[in-house]
Amino acid sequence: MRMLASQAKTELKALLGEAYCLDKPEALVAYSYDATPMQQALPDLVAMPKDTQEVSEVMKIASRYKIPVITRGAGTNLCAGTVPVTGGIVLVLNRMNRILELDEQNLTLTVQPGVRTKDIHAYVEEKGLFYPPDPSSMTVSTIGGNIALGSGGLRGLKYGTTKDYVLGLEAVLPNGEIIRTGGKLMKDVAGYDLTKLLVGSEGTLAIITEATLKLIPKPAVQRVMLAMFADLTAAAKTVSEIIANRIIPATLEFIDQGTIRVVEAFKLIGLPTDMAAILVIGQDGEQEAVERDMAKIAEICRQNQAVQTRLAHSDAEAEEVMTARRSALAALSRLRPTTILEDATVPRAQVAPMIEAIQHIAEKYRVQICTFGHAGDGNLHPTCMTDARDHAEVERVEQAFEEIFAKAIELGGTITGEHGVGIVKAPYLEWKLGRAGIELMKNIKRAFDPDNLLNPGKMFAKETRKRVVIDRAADR
Amino acid sequence: MQLTDKLKQTLDYEELSNCMRCGFCQPACPTFRETGYEAASPRGRIALMKAVADGLMEPDQDFLDQMSLCLGCRACEPVCPAGVHYGQLLEQTREAIAETVRHPWWVRMIRSIVFTHLLPHQHRLYRAGRLLRFYQRSGLQKLVRRFKLLKLLPAHLREMEAILPEGNGTPLTEAVGTFVPAEGERRGRVGMFRGCIMDVMFHDTNVNTVKLLARAGYDVVIPPEQTCCGALHAHSGERPQARELAKRNIRAFQAAEVDYIASNAGGCGALLQEYDMLLEDDREWREAAGWFASRVRDISELLLDAGGVTPLAPIQRRITYQGSCHLRNGMHVTTQPQRLLQAIPGAEYVPLFEADRCCGSAGIYNLVQPQMAGRLLQEKMEHVSRTKADILATSNPGCLLQMKAGIHRAGLEGRMTAVHLVDLLAEACREKE
Repeated sequence: MRMLASQAKTELKALLGEAYCLDKPEALVAYSYDATPMQQALPDLVAMPKDTQEVSEVMKIASRYKIPVITRGAGTNLCAGTVPVTGGIVLVLNRMNRILELDEQNLTLTVQPGVRTKDIHAYVEEKGLFYPPDPSSMTVSTIGGNIALGSGGLRGLKYGTTKDYVLGLEAVLPNGEIIRTGGKLMKDVAGYDLTKLLVGSEGTLAIITEATLKLIPKPAVQRVMLAMFADLTAAAKTVSEIIANRIIPATLEFIDQGTIRVVEAFKLIGLPTDMAAILVIGQDGEQEAVERDMAKIAEICRQNQAVQTRLAHSDAEAEEVMTARRSALAALSRLRPTTILEDATVPRAQVAPMIEAIQHIAEKYRVQICTFGHAGDGNLHPTCMTDARDHAEVERVEQAFEEIFAKAIELGGTITGEHGVGIVKAPYLEWKLGRAGIELMKNIKRAFDPDNLLNPGKMFAKETRKRVVIDRAADR
Repeated sequence: MQLTDKLKQTLDYEELSNCMRCGFCQPACPTFRETGYEAASPRGRIALMKAVADGLMEPDQDFLDQMSLCLGCRACEPVCPAGVHYGQLLEQTREAIAETVRHPWWVRMIRSIVFTHLLPHQHRLYRAGRLLRFYQRSGLQKLVRRFKLLKLLPAHLREMEAILPEGNGTPLTEAVGTFVPAEGERRGRVGMFRGCIMDVMFHDTNVNTVKLLARAGYDVVIPPEQTCCGALHAHSGERPQARELAKRNIRAFQAAEVDYIASNAGGCGALLQEYDMLLEDDREWREAAGWFASRVRDISELLLDAGGVTPLAPIQRRITYQGSCHLRNGMHVTTQPQRLLQAIPGAEYVPLFEADRCCGSAGIYNLVQPQMAGRLLQEKMEHVSRTKADILATSNPGCLLQMKAGIHRAGLEGRMTAVHLVDLLAEACREKE
């Protein structure tokens, strides 16, 4: 790890004040990780700017001394996107946590990056408005982190993800310059779409210091239903058939048996632990339309051999079901010390073959993989319970996931649907993009950040993993 | 032994590894909300403990301060999807610190007086209670206040002096005997855990607890050999002493052959219920500790199991409730006290916003961390005053004192009183008679 020039430290402390510029061991440890298992690295300094101007000044100092800067929100991402692998400055933005403006004429909300996603929901819903993206970490995560990682959530199928709700950004470039992109505009084709480019850029291009978000009217009613299946494939086929019947539910979540059991052990809500799979299906909108859709969905479930369908009868009951689903990942972590969660994503018509392939691969490598996820948009979360201290097993886990990634791409999918590339998916990025695609992205990175100061070591791997060749015949 | 080595020995590494760093604990953590600082959150503190165990950092002064800043309210536990026993990890850390770090002489003196010479000796506590009563009744207190002698104390201690309830030197067993038979149909045999300070400072609450239990149909035994629960010891790192106290209590209640052990203090009850974990490495005592732990109930549970407290005289007042953290997060008693309050005829129950958030009392936290405790109390009192309640009920003596201090500080005296849930119910009971 590179030692931070002491002169730079002095300048940063003078700029931010001792209280917000920390290099004591406690602070370095506390900002050495995020929610990604097996990834940790100490920064040299933790900086907590209070506004855009301070962020800009920090970047001017950092670029003068060529110090890496890793921007961080709540540290809940799962791709090691905020682990400071090269050392340098961890730039914590959670002091910038004000909601700046609710514009009810234009239906936009302007916020600083450190606002919690859940607080945005509460704030706008009180006014009858709606910000749909709802990543499972939303009680903890910040909007800045959501934008940087292009977060998804349970409502992605019907409403899209974070990228569909960011209208404009203020951002600080590596040299300290401040840019503004987009605006309170539904139409804007003035040049390249820098707003969309920054969404999901994982802190590698610029530091997002303000965002203008699109709001929509809050749906009048929401209903949630559970459908239980004794057969896994039947459940997966139901997902495709609901969509094929021209119904777009607000949520269409898939939970396999392993996941059901642990979620139920965590929160006793009466999920049937003997079922092979459960679909959690939600719809929102006008009362009449919602009732009609839910009836039709229930019928489709029954036609596809659902053992039982159960409609949540109260808001509290519905919220319980959704909370249980949101807790799936963390609940799985009770089984073994280490939990590795991936988010291989396929076109939704391919959900059934993908789930089958995951089961096959888990058996092949003798690892335990539970699968849940946003089946409606093809975004699955194969989750492996293991123990980081068992190196032989961890190696088999890696092989299994490699094969899962390869399978997802083969089915027309991607290596990550909503978690990001960071460190952990970087070696596989080329599988998805091809060499030309990677080169183009590297050129974009160079155009923004010629000295490679922003979140170095992420997105682009030193070496691409050798592509796994899937040959089913050879397995048999 | 050095602190680093001691920590490696006391910390349960498996449990440290179970934290997956999802961060779901952070919104529930009072010190994280106040500071926004990762190290001041449960995820951060576990990372610090693990970093020391992994040799990534030395347990320096910042580390010690961070472990002291934690309230130990355990609000992080019910929201932890991975089920990490944070409270256990914190106590293991504090145990290692207590055994290896030399406190300043005056802290050592206070700890020695309180933990070794006072709490484990019930008769000394009664004597202290009589002294306090003498101080309060003889005019000495007035004299001290007139000559402003209290100015010598820091502000938060002055405040505590002002709201201290009247001391009492009469043991519960002298007031009601060691056995009170059930009234009406008999539901079971309950051993009353009287607590140490509880029996001196809140003597009447204990008497009322016994009366309510008997009225609800329980035979009540009060084993005189029982002692302090050891919670303050365990939270402060004196786990070996806590284990010795636990053994004395287990012996006393086993001899009394009880079906349940009743607690009216969430702070005590939570540790009593975790005696099995406290003694899990002790082969000789493990089974008996399990017997004891499985029988511990909060008074509100026992009363509700018996169908609530009836009949009650109406209380035409507005009532709100501030929960005890250890009652909720340790004993998992979440709604019972509120249900008892809601059943009081004539009373209007108003829920307190964030009643599940620590008031800052946290054992002796408000004495040793007055700054953070003061911030939490101030926020709490803002929510409390918004309820416009006449009565603020609690179910733990530490919380009760803190709420009294809060009312005093917020200038709400005369408009609002803080009471123990048991005393409120007992009063309504008496008036009916």
